[in-house]
Amino acid sequence: MPKRNDLTSILLIGSGPIVIGQACEFDYSGTQACKALKEEGYRVILINSNPATIMTDPDLADRTYVEPITVEVVEQVIERERPDALLPTMGGQTALNVTVGLAKRGTLAKYGVQLIGASADAIHKAEDRDLFKQAMQKIGLKTPESGTARTREEAARVVELVGFPAIVRPSFTLGGTGGNIAYNREEFERYVDWGLAMSPVGEILVERSVIGWKEFELEVMRDLKDNVVIVCPIENLDPMGIHTGDSITVAPAITLTDKEYQVMRDAAVRIIREIGVDTGGANIQFGIHPETGEMVVIEMNPRVSRSSALASKATGFPIAKIAAKLAVGYTLDEITNDITRVTKASFEPTIDYVVLKIPRFTFEKFPGADPTLTTQMKSVGEAMAIGRTFKEALQKAVRSLEVDRPGLISLQALDQGVTPDLNRTEAIDNVRSLLRTPHPDRLWHLADAMRLGVPIKDLFALTKIDPWFLDQIQEIVKFEQRLVETSGKRQVASDGSSSLQLADLLACHPDLLHEAKQLGFADDRIAQLTGSDKGTIRRLRMDQTTAPAAWSVTYKRVDTCAAEFEAQTPYLYSTYERDCESRPSDRKKVVILGGGPNRIGQGIEFDYCCVHAAFALREEGIETIMVNCNPETVSTDYDTSDRLYFEPLTEEDVLNIVERERPMGVVVQFGGQTPLKLALPLERAGVTILGTSPDAIDLAEDRERFRELLERLKLRQPASGSARSVEEAATIAVSIGYPVMVRPSYVLGGRAMQIVYDDAGLKAYMGSAVRASANHPVLIDKYLADAIEIDVDAVADGRQVVVAGIMQHIEEAGVHSGDSACSLPPYTLDDAMVEEIRRQTTALATELGVVGLMNAQFAVQDGKLYILEVNPRGSRTVPFVSKAIGVPLAKLAMKVMIGRSLKELGFTEVRRPLHVAVKEAVFPFTKFAGIDVLLGPEMKSTGEVMGIDADFGWAFAKSQAAAGVSLPRGGKVFISVKDQDKPAALEIARRLQGLGFRIEATHGTAAYLRERGINVEPVYKVNEGRPHVVDHIKNGEISLVVNTVGSGASQIDSASIRREALQKGLPYFTTMPGAKAASLGIEATLKKGLTIRSLQEYHHKGNAEC
Amino acid sequence: MKKAILALADGTVFEGRALGHEGETVGEVVFNTAMTGYQEILTDPSYKGQIVTMTCPHIGNYGICREDVESRRVWAEGFIVKEASRRPSNWRAEQTLDEYLKQSRVVGIEGLDTRALTRHLRDQGSQQALISHLDLDRRRAVEKARTAPSILGRDLVAEVTCRKPYEWKQGSGEWAPATNGEHRSAPKPFRVVAYDFGIKQNILRRLVDVGCAVTVVPAATTAETVKAMNPDGILFSNGPGDPEGVPYAIETAKKLIGWRPLLCICLGHQILGLALGLKTYKLKFGHHAANHPVMDLRTRRVEITSQNHNFAVRELDVSVTNPGQGAEAGKTVRTPFGPVAVSHCSLNDGSIEGMTLLDQPVLSVQYHPEASPGPHDSAYLFRQFVQMMEQHHA
Repeated sequence: MPKRNDLTSILLIGSGPIVIGQACEFDYSGTQACKALKEEGYRVILINSNPATIMTDPDLADRTYVEPITVEVVEQVIERERPDALLPTMGGQTALNVTVGLAKRGTLAKYGVQLIGASADAIHKAEDRDLFKQAMQKIGLKTPESGTARTREEAARVVELVGFPAIVRPSFTLGGTGGNIAYNREEFERYVDWGLAMSPVGEILVERSVIGWKEFELEVMRDLKDNVVIVCPIENLDPMGIHTGDSITVAPAITLTDKEYQVMRDAAVRIIREIGVDTGGANIQFGIHPETGEMVVIEMNPRVSRSSALASKATGFPIAKIAAKLAVGYTLDEITNDITRVTKASFEPTIDYVVLKIPRFTFEKFPGADPTLTTQMKSVGEAMAIGRTFKEALQKAVRSLEVDRPGLISLQALDQGVTPDLNRTEAIDNVRSLLRTPHPDRLWHLADAMRLGVPIKDLFALTKIDPWFLDQIQEIVKFEQRLVETSGKRQVASDGSSSLQLADLLACHPDLLHEAKQLGFADDRIAQLTGSDKGTIRRLRMDQTTAPAAWSVTYKRVDTCAAEFEAQTPYLYSTYERDCESRPSDRKKVVILGGGPNRIGQGIEFDYCCVHAAFALREEGIETIMVNCNPETVSTDYDTSDRLYFEPLTEEDVLNIVERERPMGVVVQFGGQTPLKLALPLERAGVTILGTSPDAIDLAEDRERFRELLERLKLRQPASGSARSVEEAATIAVSIGYPVMVRPSYVLGGRAMQIVYDDAGLKAYMGSAVRASANHPVLIDKYLADAIEIDVDAVADGRQVVVAGIMQHIEEAGVHSGDSACSLPPYTLDDAMVEEIRRQTTALATELGVVGLMNAQFAVQDGKLYILEVNPRGSRTVPFVSKAIGVPLAKLAMKVMIGRSLKELGFTEVRRPLHVAVKEAVFPFTKFAGIDVLLGPEMKSTGEVMGIDADFGWAFAKSQAAAGVSLPRGGKVFISVKDQDKPAALEIARRLQGLGFRIEATHGTAAYLRERGINVEPVYKVNEGRPHVVDHIKNGEISLVVNTVGSGASQIDSASIRREALQKGLPYFTTMPGAKAASLGIEATLKKGLTIRSLQEYHHKGNAEC
Repeated sequence: MKKAILALADGTVFEGRALGHEGETVGEVVFNTAMTGYQEILTDPSYKGQIVTMTCPHIGNYGICREDVESRRVWAEGFIVKEASRRPSNWRAEQTLDEYLKQSRVVGIEGLDTRALTRHLRDQGSQQALISHLDLDRRRAVEKARTAPSILGRDLVAEVTCRKPYEWKQGSGEWAPATNGEHRSAPKPFRVVAYDFGIKQNILRRLVDVGCAVTVVPAATTAETVKAMNPDGILFSNGPGDPEGVPYAIETAKKLIGWRPLLCICLGHQILGLALGLKTYKLKFGHHAANHPVMDLRTRRVEITSQNHNFAVRELDVSVTNPGQGAEAGKTVRTPFGPVAVSHCSLNDGSIEGMTLLDQPVLSVQYHPEASPGPHDSAYLFRQFVQMMEQHHA
């Protein structure tokens, strides 16, 4: 069937901010959908509140609304744009939920908007746990016994039937939010309460636990002619009971026979038909009992998902792109397979490699959060690796995580074997207990258990990880022992010069090194095991006269068809085999290094920059080569660059590619800290780094060198020092004066950064942090209390500097810039200060010789401007600024890096915009029961949104709505603030009272406010008596919480207030500037109705071309 | 670890590790891209004369299970894998791949770049090859590969067919395809005679599933003998090698076309083609996969099919150029048995995947509707065969 001609415009809903469970994969799918629909000539209207997405680039859709994704706002978009159809399946759970809301409200019917891809009925059938269960029963498929409940009592009745352990799953939540496994009644009651609170519809499912069963996922596509294909069967290494987002997953499925797989495939086909997903992709999860083979259907997502992004990258079959085409009427056989260009999309990819996805966790960011892996997703990112065998893929995946583990290193110092003095029984008991509860480190614990001789049978009993996977891990461990033993045979010379001897040894066992590389061992890991260093191993491997060819890397292609047809698309992965298919071109080319797995502090913003770099180079006629290992991203779409290497971002893996491709240079400044760390090693290996020199990058990172630079420029910095010992730290802190900000050098996202108020705090900090990064000193800075923080992004070409965006943080300095809301343009700074910021930024960029992007952070305290830090690279805010001012900064920067001048590119100044853009951060607090939500120097947010409007109040209100916080229009405000915040609280109380709010406050705050004429109702603190404020919050009497605290006891006392507000979904503010901005936002929304505009209208499309 | 080599007739040599029975073997080397079903593949008699390369890198992962066989023994002449799993894992597994190959006296090799081999075969075509664990001399190995007998024109069917007729009663049981609501009604079982040219047992299971009572007969059974058995329908099975190697079967086919409903599968389909006066030809590297899209030109729907053939029917004067557009749909070719139309074609290369005779009750497909290994999309053909028998009766 050809495409539908009765449609001319289509509305696409994005997924909003990056949160746990919903990450860049929806930018990947949305971008593909946008491109596919545009290609077919449709007018595409897009709404997404996340400015760091490629899909919101103004040239992707015809109309791009960076507005909150709520039913009300989408309704306005529909009213304004009158689309013929809405494609709801590309924006994750967010888009589905909003679509259901629009359908219920009658908006779709009112404006005659057709749903394409999935009907409201199908969405409901798949998402409503009861309806889904009924549907499965109808077609004779089993689901775990379960029942829904809306109260504690109902839940208790259901659990009688399903027994313990029982799974509690809130309905309509994302990434299993609020889900838990209850082993006893007490836990059960707690989880039921939490689950009911987390579900937007106040409903939970209580389900028989199938913990320990094998878990499989199928990615299914269907077209309007009812042709169905399975894109990829995926097997989870982790058993049921661990959220699939937190599981290590493997493609293809490994432990199913054809008979069993076909039964599952039949079931998948019948499910997609029964649920009625008309076209496009769906993801279906199955559980299989490991001993009986009994199969149950766990759930279905009637949309593209994280798994479909993974399946697309794993096979080369672009699910979202094809789903978009199917939605407008094409059938699978009418769509060409991009990779072979001769076959059609109606087939099932077959792969001749193993793909492994491994989650990236950041529990170190959330002290107090429980790191046990359970039914609720807790990881913030993932890496994917491709190898010719599971073992190779696993080892590549492990080093792709960038957790300073080049392989399955021993966490118990058993790398060199079990020493005689080890208490083996104790060690075994220890590792067994570590394995009993699933933990992010389980792979490493397994390897240690194997080193200690724990048999696979026992390990299976402990972990329920299939023995096949355990055996593969054991093969790696056994080979490590062989390496250790073989290298142990050589005599290490007394002067330590053992490299020659190692060379001799390896020459005697040429197969050993080849086998090691085939098993996926990094040079680094081989060096650890053989008592050498990675440089030596590399030199030995690459030695032109002595090294056999088998020691050198080869590249294979991902081709959807296991080489049955020729691959036209260079989508490559490394292995150590006979044949190399890289076939580099002799074109002028540039390698772009991506950002690796998402983590807090390094996410989609950097991928956005990398993608822009590729687009810019393509415009300049230069071949682009992307290197990245994050399957969620747009950068790892084989369409984005000319060549894609799906590889870990380590020195070794990148050097291999550079040596094969011989590019004119490598770009390191867009992918965040990951590639930046490689700049110096690459340069030392003779690789040209494009743009700002690695030396300048180092200068900006090196405290001492940077201080000298500032002195030269006569610029002010908060007093600081660096300490390598506790004593040194104390001396420095006293000379600077408390409070001070302490942090280890070279960190990302403010990891291990703290504000310390006294000697005791400093000592406690030094105890933990110095150990955390032994190679680098601890940095101590004067903490500028209550200062305004400023973020600046600039582009420079070596001759000229253009300050592109000056953002004023809303939260005070001390809150990590990534966690802080900010406003562009600044909303309280005067022109002179803005001019001074511009002058200093220009001076810094000039002095550093920046070619490309630079980010600088300043603080203003008492009218004085301080420089906090300078990063001569693409920053987290580049996409936000680009969207706010309508200029693609990363693209310009890339062009500058290959020699174009800003003048040539027509970018020489930025006028102050007439609108206001507010960026707000989004936090994963609801995922981690029991942690405090206070903001500090440690970054905790996973994503961001943008609110844009004519005035600050509305822009801020929109940013809150987009982040899921709906500012109240009336009701009672609870205020409890520390003493120095009381004047600010007064201003807020006055404004809100004027707007008709009632004010409630704890006694200190109440007294202060009452004395100044505010009509305030006092309320008890939690420890003062009842009813206290938490009772009021629980009873729904409060509509807004403003709560600031000092450190120590008061912080712990008031944590329950913030926690309860979070659980209730109440807007809460823990900083005065945040609360003030909220009051301005409330004022704006009460005084003026919501208006929306597209980015194209804000920027008069055409102005911003470069 | 014992070394082994694989030598191709064109002089290409791969080194690897010994797998399975220690020895030496020759055959035509082909590759199969299915990710599951290695046991079904090994026991498929159509692989007689061939050494099979699996493109999926891990093979043996779910072990060997007694019930997952397609015939009474392993037929592949040799087996090539990237990595054979030492420790299989599946609740039904009874044996490791290596043990099974040893027990079946099948010589294998692992640890080589199977993707390089596959690309080589794709570009250069299938060819004779040798696997040896015994003599690792490359020059001698290539020579042996070169002088190994070709499968062209050979009667491999005689080597795999049953010796005497037998009844088959077992259905697919729990592994039956989902029926999607179509209920099978068999008031009385249809009696089907299945010609064993190298029949896969799943064809028999599927016939039982749709309510047939099956008698399997040797390939050389005459038409007269079958007619005397008076079945309701006849099946020409799959089998190994070149259809031109079995002239007796072609003659039998000529006598049975039109007499009773006929279902032809794979080699059976090629035999039918030759009986109709069409020509067959050898594909460059064959179709050996479980993911090939085939369009039913009558419904325009696409089935994902299981395929295993080296030869195909060449149409006489209708060129299949653009399968997506259905240009050939409805085009017919005259034959002594009336006009024949292409009913199914491959979306990968446009080759003929099925034929119907407009005047005769014949269903004929090149691919494997019984799957095993592979998707169940084409199971409907067995039901169509039953309908055909019903209509023929009426």
